[in-house]
Amino acid sequence: MAEETTKIICITCPMGCTLEVTHEGKTITKVEGEQCKRGKEYAQAELTDPRRMVTSTVKVKGGVHPLVPVYTAAPIPKPKIFDLLAELRKVELPAPVETGQKVLENALDTGIDVLASRNLPAA
Amino acid sequence: MAKKNYDVIIIGAGVVGCMVARFLSRYKLRILHIEKEADVCMGATSANTAIIHAGYDPVPGSLKAVMNVQGNKMWDTLAGELHIPFERRGDYVVAIGKEELPALDELWDRGVKNGVPGMIMLSGAEVRRREPDINPEVSGALWASTGGIADPFAATVAAAENAVMNGVELMLDTKFEDWVMDGSRIVGIKTNQGTFGCRWAVNAAGLYSDVVMHKAGIRPEFKITPRKGEYYVFDRAEIAVNNVLFPVPSKISKGILVTTTVHGNTIIGPNAQEIEDKEDRSVTQEGLDEVWEGAQKLVPKLSLKHAIAVFAGLRPGGNASCKTPGVDYKKDYIIEIPDEVRGFVNLGGIESPGLVSSPAIAQRVVDLLKDAGENLEEKPDWDPIRPERPRFRDLMPEEQKILIQNDPRYGRIVCRCEYVTEGEIVAEIHAPVPATSYDAIKRRTWLGTGRCQGGFDTPRVVEILARELGISPLEVTKKGAGSKLLARPTKEVGG
Amino acid sequence: MLKEMYDVIVIGSGPGGLAAAIEAKKTGAEDVLIIERDKELGGILLQCIHNGFGVEIFKEDYTGPTYAQRFISDVHQLGVETLLDAMVLDISPNRHIYAISKWSGFAELDARAIVLSMGARERTRAQIRLRGTRPAGVYTAGTAQRFTNIEGYLPGKRFVILGSGDIGMIMARRLTFEGAKVERVLEIMPFLTGLTRNYVQCLLDFDIPLQLRHTVKRIMGSSRVEAVEAVQVDEKWQPIAGTEEIIPCDTLLLSVGLIPENELSKKAGVVLDPVTGGPFVDEGMQTNVAGIFAAGNVVHIYDLVDWVTEAGSVAGRAAAKYAIAQRQEAARHVKMQAGQNVRYVVPHRLDKESLVEEDQKLQMRVIQPIEGNVWVEVKDGDELVARKGQRYARPGEMVDIKLPQKAYDAVRKADRLTVNVVPR
Repeated sequence: MAEETTKIICITCPMGCTLEVTHEGKTITKVEGEQCKRGKEYAQAELTDPRRMVTSTVKVKGGVHPLVPVYTAAPIPKPKIFDLLAELRKVELPAPVETGQKVLENALDTGIDVLASRNLPAA
Repeated sequence: MAKKNYDVIIIGAGVVGCMVARFLSRYKLRILHIEKEADVCMGATSANTAIIHAGYDPVPGSLKAVMNVQGNKMWDTLAGELHIPFERRGDYVVAIGKEELPALDELWDRGVKNGVPGMIMLSGAEVRRREPDINPEVSGALWASTGGIADPFAATVAAAENAVMNGVELMLDTKFEDWVMDGSRIVGIKTNQGTFGCRWAVNAAGLYSDVVMHKAGIRPEFKITPRKGEYYVFDRAEIAVNNVLFPVPSKISKGILVTTTVHGNTIIGPNAQEIEDKEDRSVTQEGLDEVWEGAQKLVPKLSLKHAIAVFAGLRPGGNASCKTPGVDYKKDYIIEIPDEVRGFVNLGGIESPGLVSSPAIAQRVVDLLKDAGENLEEKPDWDPIRPERPRFRDLMPEEQKILIQNDPRYGRIVCRCEYVTEGEIVAEIHAPVPATSYDAIKRRTWLGTGRCQGGFDTPRVVEILARELGISPLEVTKKGAGSKLLARPTKEVGG
Repeated sequence: MLKEMYDVIVIGSGPGGLAAAIEAKKTGAEDVLIIERDKELGGILLQCIHNGFGVEIFKEDYTGPTYAQRFISDVHQLGVETLLDAMVLDISPNRHIYAISKWSGFAELDARAIVLSMGARERTRAQIRLRGTRPAGVYTAGTAQRFTNIEGYLPGKRFVILGSGDIGMIMARRLTFEGAKVERVLEIMPFLTGLTRNYVQCLLDFDIPLQLRHTVKRIMGSSRVEAVEAVQVDEKWQPIAGTEEIIPCDTLLLSVGLIPENELSKKAGVVLDPVTGGPFVDEGMQTNVAGIFAAGNVVHIYDLVDWVTEAGSVAGRAAAKYAIAQRQEAARHVKMQAGQNVRYVVPHRLDKESLVEEDQKLQMRVIQPIEGNVWVEVKDGDELVARKGQRYARPGEMVDIKLPQKAYDAVRKADRLTVNVVPR
């Protein structure tokens, strides 16, 4: 496999170091530009298994608002974000909704739940 | 075949058209009033300095001068009957430096010729006493004490409502397309909402008055050249000029004013720039710079960091020659029943002093019809009074309490910066000339004109409009067709 | 039922107000009221549905609404009173509040201490002098966020965002998540004005281009936005001719800064720092007006909500202490009231502790003469505190009575003492 260099901005802390990551496929050979060892760990994660917390909303029926905000209990694989959003678009919860209520269990087989961010009383 | 027949059709619902409607509503006439936009007052009347001019400025002998001075006298009664915010503070033409003083004498003479009462020359010291922030180089001022300020939106809406209450039919979103002629007589008009018959048509189409009259073959040489004027509006909590301050005039406009308004905001402007496009109300860098420079001449203390809004208006400037013998003036009003076509009252080029002149113009239309042989019979039940609707922020706390007790919706503030309540908004939505868009409510209540410029109130106004009109929030518009505020529900993709 | 007098009234229930109310209660203020203009508590947090809240003070990565919920639960648990869907119209320097609401009508309230936490408003298009037309489709990012997350409507389909502040970038991601297209983010400065993590997770992740040193030259479209004309600027923020680009879109979002919202503060006589736009405050967040405190974005614009909570707590504690001292001060004094046949009594108020040292003399004049035996009495309601007999009482002659030291206990528990001169 050919060696390539990818630029990644580390967001572990507000410094925002730009890392130059030399890698063959998903195997890192060199990381430059980090100011602490968390940079290397971040680069590793970003290259092999980038994940993101996803926050959005789902429809509510009979609540004081038409939507309730939701969040993933843990970061999910980045390539699955838009599939997750499409799944969430199909959901309609009946009011009232409780903070922490499970909105989608084991979303897209990731083992990660999507939960409600707040209480939403019935109208 | 005309579907419905009227005695009079009025084209255009700016302040002139609405005053004509109101004055004609006194008589036993079937009147249709059409307006191409989604609301009244969306043309030239919606963006101007809102001054009730004293009348020293127009060329003596011109129709502008006559209408200005006549109209000015009518405003106390008019404002009282229709409950229009109006104050006679006087106009000040301020001379900066001694070299500008002769110009004041010129204006004085003109004022005398035009029959303007109550003019007084003031010393620089007196001007400074009345307006402490005036340029210290002030050398004197002409104080025309009959000048005033009014709310042009309120005037137009009030006149339109009074007309409707007295039987006039108002059709919005109705655009004049062509005349229906029987030989050289107008017998009807074609619109995008159908054809209507009439014995008389009144052209009050403002910026498009030339287009309307040309379709009947009248005055082909008459042309409306829009003249754009731009303005800054200031935060009333930060700056408050006391009076209406004009500079010594220049050739193409009355000059860049610094003036207070009936809402208490100070505004500066307008400049004057001839343009081609009658729909171009964009604000420009050059225009605003010109306005700013001009204003500083009068009140150097102004600071742009207190400006909370900008806007531009278009003057419907015409090129009609004054009919008075011996007066060489080529931008006069057209207020006439032409010979070439019967059944037509033609109004054209009604730019400044259009607001002050509007009741006088309306009265003249009545007189023209009488002279043309119309037997105008008064309605015995004509009611000249348009009842006032409460403005929460103008009331004393005791009055506010009673208002809320009687209708809790007055207890919910929707526009926080201008203290406009839900009760007022609902009242305007269900008024005789209903407000059905965000801007229509803004014009009537002054909501959204404050520091946050609608940031807080917009979602709430959308909700109220949707509820009161029985439509989806997706249908609510800023100013009529094509200006929807929202696109789709958050959770529906595509489209 | 609203009380007439509160120990602490908090205006605004965003993170600053919530923290202030909770701390005030925990510090010992008995009657605490939050006045909130929206229909529920939480302020701006309710529409900030993204995460990143509470990392510092809770070591958690909460969403805005979840962060708010923690405090809202405490508010209810502690018995803090709330007045919702209510707008404060005026505050006087002596802490008299006028508020109105649809459901409670007109409310006039007094507070021993006030915490101002009204937050901030967004800078408008007029303030940045955006040229061009005025069509529908120009929104500040916060208003667009409210529509998208709370009202449930997208304000448009194709967006350009002016400003690389956090609100703009967060909305770029939010809108992309809901199927809208964000064409461009323009930033007039030569650097990012928001957090780098947002640049990565909101713009880079979704290939949304950011152009630094760019701004909107004018808005195009008469009824609805049709495009914006973007342009590059030099170091003096002047447009560079020839760099104009017309970007078709139907919505322009402005994320160009927040301004502390201090109209009410000014009414109360609070002096503002022209540099921050918020009140001058001391270490307890007290303004120049005694008993009026301020916390959160209303003082200056914060970047992390955790520090807003901290400021609110400081203000709440200080406000509670001030209120408690006021209560104690008021309780130290008893008011003397002219009762039956008494025109006036001097002194008008008495420090209760003064009876520890010595007897206190009260002086008065009667209204009507009584030629005959009279009682001069001092009463707390129906309870007699002191009494003296006289053979007559005449308006021309001053009458007096001693409050003896031994009356201390009776006086101490009174709010008001009434002095009467009646026939025996």
